[in-house]
Amino acid sequence: MNITAILKLVPDLVEELEIDDKGTGLDMDWLRLIINEFDDHAVEEAILLKERSEAEVTVIAPDAEGVDDVLYTAAAKGAEKLIKLTGDFEDGVNNHALARAVAHVLQNIQTDLILTGVQAHNDLDGSLGPLLAEYLHIPYAGYVSSVELNNGNAVIKKEYPGGLIGEYEVQLQAVLGIQAAEEPPRYVAVSKVRMAMKSATIEELEVGELDLSGGPEISRMFQPEVAERATMISGDDEEIASQLVEIFKEIGVL
Amino acid sequence: MPERIDYWGIPDTWGSPNFFVYPIIGLACLIMVIRFYYFARLWWRVGRTEKRWNRLDIRLGRLIKYAIIQIKVLWELYPGVMHIGLAWGFFIFFMGTALATVDSHFVKILHGYGFLFYKLVLDLFTVFFIVGAGMAAYRRYLQRPARLTLRPGFTYSLVLIVLIVLGGLFTESFRLAVEQPEWAWWSPAGWIFARLWMATGASTQTLTTWHLIIWIIHLFSVALIIATLPSSTLNHIVTASLNVFFSKIGQPQGELSPIAETDSGEPIFTSSLKDLSWPQLLNGDACTECGRCQEACPAYAAGTPLNPKQLILSIRDALRKDGNAILSATGKVQPLVGEWISEAELWACTTCGACVRECPVMIEHVDSIVDMRRYLVIEGHVDDLLQEALSNLGRYGNSFGKSGRARAKWTKGIEPKLKDARKESAEYLWFLGDYASYSTSLSDITLLTAEVFKSIGIDFGILYEGEQNSGNDVRRVGEEGLFEMLAEKNIETFGKCQFETIVTTDPHTYNTIKNEYSSGNGRYPVLHYSELLDKLTTSGNLIFTKKLDYRVTYHDPCYLSRYNNVTISPRRVISATGCELVEMPRHGERTFCCGAGGGRIWMDEGELEVRPSEDRIREAVALEGVTIFVVACPKDVTMYQDAVKTSGLEDKIIVKDLIELVGEAMELTPSGNAQ
Amino acid sequence: MNQDIYTVVEHLQGQVSDISYSMLSAARALANFTGGNVIAVLLGHNVEGLTRNLAADHVLYIDDPKLAEFTTDAYLKALAQLIGEKQPRAVLFGNTSIGADLASVLSVRLALPLTYSCQSISENGQLTSQICGGKIMAETPLSDLTTLITIIPGGYKPEEGQTTVSPPVTRLESPSLDDLRVWLKQYFEPEAGDVDISKEPILISVGRGISNEDNIELAEELAEALGGVVCASRPVVDLGWLPTSRMVGKSGQKVKPKLYLTMGISGAPEHVEGIADSEMIIAINSDPTAPIFDFAKYGVEIDLFDLVDVLIEKVEEAKG
Repeated sequence: MNITAILKLVPDLVEELEIDDKGTGLDMDWLRLIINEFDDHAVEEAILLKERSEAEVTVIAPDAEGVDDVLYTAAAKGAEKLIKLTGDFEDGVNNHALARAVAHVLQNIQTDLILTGVQAHNDLDGSLGPLLAEYLHIPYAGYVSSVELNNGNAVIKKEYPGGLIGEYEVQLQAVLGIQAAEEPPRYVAVSKVRMAMKSATIEELEVGELDLSGGPEISRMFQPEVAERATMISGDDEEIASQLVEIFKEIGVL
Repeated sequence: MPERIDYWGIPDTWGSPNFFVYPIIGLACLIMVIRFYYFARLWWRVGRTEKRWNRLDIRLGRLIKYAIIQIKVLWELYPGVMHIGLAWGFFIFFMGTALATVDSHFVKILHGYGFLFYKLVLDLFTVFFIVGAGMAAYRRYLQRPARLTLRPGFTYSLVLIVLIVLGGLFTESFRLAVEQPEWAWWSPAGWIFARLWMATGASTQTLTTWHLIIWIIHLFSVALIIATLPSSTLNHIVTASLNVFFSKIGQPQGELSPIAETDSGEPIFTSSLKDLSWPQLLNGDACTECGRCQEACPAYAAGTPLNPKQLILSIRDALRKDGNAILSATGKVQPLVGEWISEAELWACTTCGACVRECPVMIEHVDSIVDMRRYLVIEGHVDDLLQEALSNLGRYGNSFGKSGRARAKWTKGIEPKLKDARKESAEYLWFLGDYASYSTSLSDITLLTAEVFKSIGIDFGILYEGEQNSGNDVRRVGEEGLFEMLAEKNIETFGKCQFETIVTTDPHTYNTIKNEYSSGNGRYPVLHYSELLDKLTTSGNLIFTKKLDYRVTYHDPCYLSRYNNVTISPRRVISATGCELVEMPRHGERTFCCGAGGGRIWMDEGELEVRPSEDRIREAVALEGVTIFVVACPKDVTMYQDAVKTSGLEDKIIVKDLIELVGEAMELTPSGNAQ
Repeated sequence: MNQDIYTVVEHLQGQVSDISYSMLSAARALANFTGGNVIAVLLGHNVEGLTRNLAADHVLYIDDPKLAEFTTDAYLKALAQLIGEKQPRAVLFGNTSIGADLASVLSVRLALPLTYSCQSISENGQLTSQICGGKIMAETPLSDLTTLITIIPGGYKPEEGQTTVSPPVTRLESPSLDDLRVWLKQYFEPEAGDVDISKEPILISVGRGISNEDNIELAEELAEALGGVVCASRPVVDLGWLPTSRMVGKSGQKVKPKLYLTMGISGAPEHVEGIADSEMIIAINSDPTAPIFDFAKYGVEIDLFDLVDVLIEKVEEAKG
């Protein structure tokens, strides 16, 4: 069994975001990138699967500042193969282009199951997982929070709003969009990542000129005006509590 | 002239007693040595090598101070006197016997007044011993303090040593009763008993027979105690002495050792007995089960699964049970971490060091705990909250998960801007630490600190976003790689700055920079703000304009007092403000941890019977008339303000940072707090 | 190509989801710009009854046992054929575990542009998407091709997509749905909780900011005083401090209480998604920059220990 996890880096929302001069994208100078949270879960799920059943895990990521560390972290968790796609990925988000590039690379890699995060917070032209599945002409299911392998098929749990969960069987090869791994992504000690840096190698694959068609056509990007902020209640505990009780009375809950 | 007589009262028909006394004792000694070797070899054959043969002069000094004089045992009055009575009594008897042997076979030394003095000393120590034994019996069978392990092995040892000493006393008294020498009063205790026997009107023959019976019992009980020593609780006489002799040298208490490595340079993460060093295994066998660590431990008091005494005994028990299996590589071996010692025990430790300080035989609990934590971290066995904190520290350099750029946000509004130590030289580099930088509830105190520094005219700068968490608690959590990364970054930044001294309000930062950071040519000069303020008040550069008249108590932060012996400076500053300082029972180097150290502040608190911080606040509230609880650590402000609220004592006491007293005495108000 | 706006109606276990009504409301805004009709598309089995309240000009439905439950494969086949044939101006999907699974695939299969996470549609047909956790908005124009759009919850109110006048309904032929590669095995119902928080009028909601489990008790006490119940954001449930049935947000419950009082909730988009229909949100948080204050009507910037005890007292007093 070969499992491939695809991950990408997204802007770290802890840092302040700035709009670029053209007003249609984020100012890359100010950006700090971080692994897409859901991709982190996808990698974890791949490792969990590997630990349960004999499988080899390949992790693929498009080039970005800091991506080597993220790939080595995946190796420290137990991924066997690391692939970095090099090319011009700098120019904003285009999941169509990325999905085509990944699909192209995957034609030469034997894989039964492809896991990726169900979404990323900067997705604008769709999510990578379903786009990729369709370029590869294989089935997709998203919002997955559990994967079991069963006779060449995957048995998955898919989350619906309200806590409902659907159990599906998906024929492999398939792409799954991971909402949450069965266990939260594990902690990897810094020295373990440093060891992986010595022992693991990142294979670089040049993807050539990106085909940008299908990507988003952004006419304007902006930061929302701070929404109408709450009316702040201040004073000492007594005063605040009294005011709150008044509000409770007003809206009829007291 | 009085002199010592060899083997008084042994019938001549038995021949020279030397022919059976020495073989019997010799055999007992042989049994002892073999049995001792049989388990002691596990220390170096199972455990890792570690060099502990250096500085024999210091080691010998420690042996005398801690194993013979037993200075630390005496820190507690009752058990101290009790143990000194027993132990010194035994040393004296041992030396008395040695002298008798010399006297008997080599040089006749025990005669005349020397002999009388010898008799007097032995007799007095017999009394002293009996007092100690009485105290031990009272303590063990009536008082029964919770910290003691009341197992039968201790009763065996106590009964046996009492039997031996009484045996010695009675043989002497029978001899005195028969001989009734003029100098009998030189053996006061023996003579009292001799008078007793004489009063019974027994014949010389009867007394001599009784003497012989008791002498034989005495001989065999001595042989028994020697032969069984390695498996009895008296074994600590040897192991504790060895432990003291081989204790860590040349390393401040506040410096942890890096992760040990194999010969080929692979790190060793401690999950099994094999991964511990031989002195760490010796720790287990040296433990006397006195329970002082248990009594001092905040984690134990809080009702967590950790009991430092049990943790050390688990190492001992594991070694006894699995040591041989590990050596022969056969049989089932239970993992040390996970089975003998649970993860919960390891995570409960606040690394406050109270156990290490209290241990009379110099066991180093915290080192072993951190070693085992390092294994848990490398295996990814950390709780969710800790994982989040560590991830944040790795990514942003602070545990709050906030942007590094926001580190100096608290300075917004301060005009003119505080010096950027990376760009301008300054006498003092103020290293803030995460809590002072990011915690919104502490920003008033941080601003006031800046204000105090400015008004005194201290030339200081800060690192702005260049500062990273110092890593003190990261290291104590067991995340050594992350500690190295943080320390490297800070040291690199220090390298770009021109300053004379680092000053910090955070004792944790203080500890690691002082003891664990290396500038390339030694350690950095670092002052805690209490030390700096003390220097300034003492030298007259800081004069308070208002005399405060509060009755306050002061909580010593563990990493300041216990780890770095800074206890006087903060007290002098408090006094200088005019406040009256009332000490809590646990103060100075015997302070009680707030519960946040060693990375506990980042972990899930779990089920606690009582929070250490609330326990502490109640200790302070019990002091008459004390209304202010003074702290000198940003985390303590947070911990104790919470504790005051959760224990509902808001009307009794308030928590103040030392700087608040100083600010008030200088009649300052926090400015720059315009937003 | 026509100017109609199609809306793929989502339903689960015999109930139309709220997001479908929000989408119809968004579709109306877009149709006003294009001048076309709002067409609701319903896939399923025995679903005719679900068409009743849809505020659409027309409902097209396909009834097939193979569409009875949502599966990507079957739904995609049916929709690909329908969109290919009808060529509407735009097709709206929910940005949910149903719609998001469909829209991206169709964008590739039919080579159509896709705009994700649309929050609002301006009068001139600009689509505004919310990205980066709500910190950034991106505008994309409506394409000349059929544009696929996913709508996020919270932008349009579900009530505006509901009607009491049943729209005209047309049943379409189902395409051949053979060779499916994904199939449903079973549903797991959410753990039956002691209470259904989606129906509770008073909710005290706790987040990671409450620091430790003991403080849940404090929240419970306040809830009891007010006659409400305690619910939580995902991190608190993930820590095991409260059962899943109490989780509010994207993968938890959508709630619509009269009073939603948050303690230590920062206000991540995943959580806010579940509380958009609350009548009154009051937020208590020690961090003045917490995004929750952007959504709350009233805010208190304070450490919650300080307040809750006093508040409980005052509430008890007020009750007499």
